[in-house]
Amino acid sequence: MRGEMTPGSAEPLLQVVNVSKSYGHIRALTDVSFDVGAGEVVGLVGDNGAGKSTLVNIIAGAIRPSSGTLRIDGREVHFSSALDARMAGIEAVYQDLALALDLDIWANIFLGREILRPGLLGRLGVLNKPAMRERAARGLGRTGIRVGSIRTPCRSLSGGQRQAVAVARGLIWGSRLLLMDEPTAALGVEQQAKVGELIGAVRAQGIPVVLVSHNMPQVHAICDRIVVLFRGRKVTDRDARSMTIEDTIASITGASIRGEDAASVTA
Amino acid sequence: MSLFNPTGDSDAALLPTGDASLRREAMVFLSRHGELWTLAILGVLVAIFGLLSPDFFSRASWLATSQFAVEYLLLGLGETFVIITAGIDLSVGAILGFAGIVGAIVMRALITYDAGTAVETAAGVLAALATGSAVGFLNGFLITRLRLTPFVVTLGTLSMCTGGIYLVNGGENVGTIPDIIGTAGSLAIGGWVPVTVLITAVFCILCAFLLSQTQFGLRTYAVGSNPVGASRAGVEVDRHLVKIYMLAGFLSAVAGLMVMARFASASVQAGANDELDAITAAVIGGASLFGGRGTILGTVIGSFVITVLVTGLILIGVQPFWQQVAVGAILIFAVAVDQLRDRLLGVI
Repeated sequence: MRGEMTPGSAEPLLQVVNVSKSYGHIRALTDVSFDVGAGEVVGLVGDNGAGKSTLVNIIAGAIRPSSGTLRIDGREVHFSSALDARMAGIEAVYQDLALALDLDIWANIFLGREILRPGLLGRLGVLNKPAMRERAARGLGRTGIRVGSIRTPCRSLSGGQRQAVAVARGLIWGSRLLLMDEPTAALGVEQQAKVGELIGAVRAQGIPVVLVSHNMPQVHAICDRIVVLFRGRKVTDRDARSMTIEDTIASITGASIRGEDAASVTA
Repeated sequence: MSLFNPTGDSDAALLPTGDASLRREAMVFLSRHGELWTLAILGVLVAIFGLLSPDFFSRASWLATSQFAVEYLLLGLGETFVIITAGIDLSVGAILGFAGIVGAIVMRALITYDAGTAVETAAGVLAALATGSAVGFLNGFLITRLRLTPFVVTLGTLSMCTGGIYLVNGGENVGTIPDIIGTAGSLAIGGWVPVTVLITAVFCILCAFLLSQTQFGLRTYAVGSNPVGASRAGVEVDRHLVKIYMLAGFLSAVAGLMVMARFASASVQAGANDELDAITAAVIGGASLFGGRGTILGTVIGSFVITVLVTGLILIGVQPFWQQVAVGAILIFAVAVDQLRDRLLGVI
């Protein structure tokens, strides 16, 4: 369970250790290891089919690795479902957001984890709406994006605001790590910038973010570190400031490794 | 790092301003209160009938209208829950008839004295409620386990229950039921509130509370709005759907008992074709067949639109068959207004 981290520990929050995943003869991931430290934003990039989604789904508990382990605060964890991962404090924000558009903002944030009235009414399943509205408003405040009334149905929100609601859901549940899979894929330029701010606000809470994106300028603008996957292997893991966008693209397409250590990748 | 602005003043770009904000508030209000249109229609109907026929506001007219509405109200309540989950239940009318006749047969089998006692009554009532719930469970089970569409499954159980109504008693009505049922069915408290109407009102209030104030209700909207999202959020979607169809079956059985009380017998004709009126009542009341939207209040108003048309047309001397024509027109109008409103207000 969460909340057992010793303060000031140097242990990375999440360690992915030698994770591989095969589907029959196809190797989706081969021996991938990387760490995510507190308050760090890690960009996970790669071409289509490089293994990003598989890796994200393993961290989110939706897929089990063929071999290798995950550690949280240095302790090995095994997720058998997305619910397990969520119990360990890993919240995933999916590309399609998974919001119920007819429900109000507060209801979306608390769906599946509703607060009930105390006593007999609670046992009958009666909702404590004021408590949920109050906590939802506070959680949204922490994302730095205002959405007007907490009673607005999500259908009438913009793409960026919906993203904020999905992230607020992660923040309110005191999550340890936020996974964002292509959060800006469906958004306009202005909204993309808003999501960038949102990720900054999450980092400011000390919560690390793993960001999967195809948008290289954004990845370089937001991320502290960039991990590049190429054909299921990690080929780059560097401080974002030490790389140019061209470096990253070269790494994604495999151009940069053809000379030096292509043998180890194609082996 | 310039993208991160902790003071967040540029957030204003995401907020609608001035007129846009007002329009959004209005939009949200209207999309949430689809039943307002229906209330307006009901008001117009009442005014017209009231003007054309002074008898429309009489006690006899109220008693006829309200007792007639009981059937559509109870079926409409269950249908509202089902429609909010983006489903449909075509079997409610047939369950009404089947549960009613099963309950009546149990009562008849147990009766030893002519009048019958509370024991037989209770046994029959329980048998009817269990029958309705069981058919509802079958609906939910088939829909979630076999991944069949609600339309197909409930069309199947509609047919099966209709056949069952004729099979269980050889196509005969069951008239031998405890006297207390017929007595309760003809009793009006204070001369104005029939017992069946009172019982129905209690179910309406309970369902309204269940849908708007409880976890069950919230999850009902979520399941209809985005089943994948609800499932990711930890809602057991299939289990929830089974409960919804059971609730609809249970309420259909209650309707069967009310109809039995009103006529002091269980008829093989009871409930036939009622499903269309139940669906119409819910949809006129603002429930969306795409799921995620609908209210009990809307369905109550919708049921009264249907029943006021019947008594009203009879009172002004028009052939009651025009009621079906008028209900059809109002149904199409209500859905058209619903969609037009969404389009005009920019809601998808």
